[in-house]
Amino acid sequence: MGITQVLFWFLSILAILGAILVVISKNPVHSVLWLIVVFVAISGHYILLDAQFLAIVNLIVYAGAIMVLFLFVFMLMNLNAETEPQKNRWLKIAGVVAGGSLLLVLVAALKQADLKTKIAEMNRGDIGLIHNLGLTLFQDYVVPFEISSVLFLSAMVGVVVIGKKE
Amino acid sequence: MHPLLLAMDWVFLIEKAVLILIIISVSLLIAMYETYAERKVAAFMQDRRGPNRAGPFGLLQPLADGMKLFMKEEIIPNSSSRFLFVLGPGLAMLTAMMTSAVVPWSSHFHLFGRDVDLQIADVNIGILYIFGVVSMGVYGIMIGGWASNNKFSLLAAIRGASQIISYELAMGLSIIALLMITGTLSLGQIVHQQMEGHYYVLLQPLGFLIFLICAFAECNRTPFDLSEAENELNFGYHQEYSSMKLGFYLFAEYINMFISSAVMSTLYFGGYDIPFVNDAALGASIGQNPLAALQFLSLFIKIAIFIFFFMWVRWTIPRFRYDQLMNLGWKVLIPLALINMVATGFIVLLKANHWHF
Repeated sequence: MGITQVLFWFLSILAILGAILVVISKNPVHSVLWLIVVFVAISGHYILLDAQFLAIVNLIVYAGAIMVLFLFVFMLMNLNAETEPQKNRWLKIAGVVAGGSLLLVLVAALKQADLKTKIAEMNRGDIGLIHNLGLTLFQDYVVPFEISSVLFLSAMVGVVVIGKKE
Repeated sequence: MHPLLLAMDWVFLIEKAVLILIIISVSLLIAMYETYAERKVAAFMQDRRGPNRAGPFGLLQPLADGMKLFMKEEIIPNSSSRFLFVLGPGLAMLTAMMTSAVVPWSSHFHLFGRDVDLQIADVNIGILYIFGVVSMGVYGIMIGGWASNNKFSLLAAIRGASQIISYELAMGLSIIALLMITGTLSLGQIVHQQMEGHYYVLLQPLGFLIFLICAFAECNRTPFDLSEAENELNFGYHQEYSSMKLGFYLFAEYINMFISSAVMSTLYFGGYDIPFVNDAALGASIGQNPLAALQFLSLFIKIAIFIFFFMWVRWTIPRFRYDQLMNLGWKVLIPLALINMVATGFIVLLKANHWHF
């Protein structure tokens, strides 16, 4: 087993363990911290796939910025296990049904996918390097890229408008 | 794996491990003596003597301080979440250390028939790596402040985190303008470009100014040290901490200061380049190893000047109010950085077009 494989197994186990702990942690702050661990593990996978730019952007945007906002909200809301109101039974059943359907869709999609012939390009792919990614984004996908940036801008303006309304 | 390949790998690993060890010890040593320098500079500014009892010129003062911190009682508050309480300072220290991995400390030494680069990893996303690690640094403060289970700590942690996030934006925007000129994110190549051409501070004066201000904010240094404003928040996010856990927080600040000085020297002041000297010609006459040592020295002098500047500002300028801090970040620095970015892009395009519209 080479070092790449050792790292792959380590990161995979870390990611799955973290994801399970996100769901089963009682304390929401702990959940967020485990989610950060998941993001770090996924960034590690990106690096194994030679997509350094994606890895670091994933860290900066998701683990660094969005999760900090989550933490802000949870820390200020002071959510404790004791103060949490008991959930409605119908809500729980609805949650189980929704989660189960999602699982069904995922399993069906995985069964359809041609997994045997699609092997991850460990250490070989180069689409995630910043040079290639920039060329792809600004040549092949320039229209969707610009439209999504306008979308983000409008979201920002919307937040400012809502925040200003007294 | 082929046995020869395996053998090569080991030498490489050992080389990097030794390098990491050296760089971390040097950072710690520098951080130690930064505390000494801080007190000496403060004393100089306020017409006092500063530490002068332990050893000649008080040079052993950092050791005495460290010893004191280690001897203090370790207090973990009853109502805190214990694991996170310990994790907080650890994270702060870890992220402070990790940024040093991509800084090129000098060109290469020629030892034992190998060229040993004084850079742990020359990844092609160098600057973004630093941003990624710095953005993780927020968690050290936030986890510490929250785990203390103290309202003042929590408020200070949230203040600190929102400040760091706000100033990260302006910092990123000022870096984009620099990257348009360099065309690369690798710190090693940026230094090479500056050795052959101008220092980028000449091409990007506004960008450098914005980066400098944001670096102050990122390091939580005065005038941006709102997360430890003792007259409003008792002591700040590390109020419940004692002993070396407190020491880690304080130490991480000094390491951050050291690393951000190194990054600023690298990005805008030519890194390990010796100013006004043609390094390649010098290397041809005195050999590679002395040249590398001189370049290392040159970088450290630049870093020392920046560190002195950090301290100078700390003992001269009072702290901002919180709304002033946010106004400066969002309404002054970000628009300025955007203007700088657009202007730089315009000039770069014009130059690529041979100064024709």
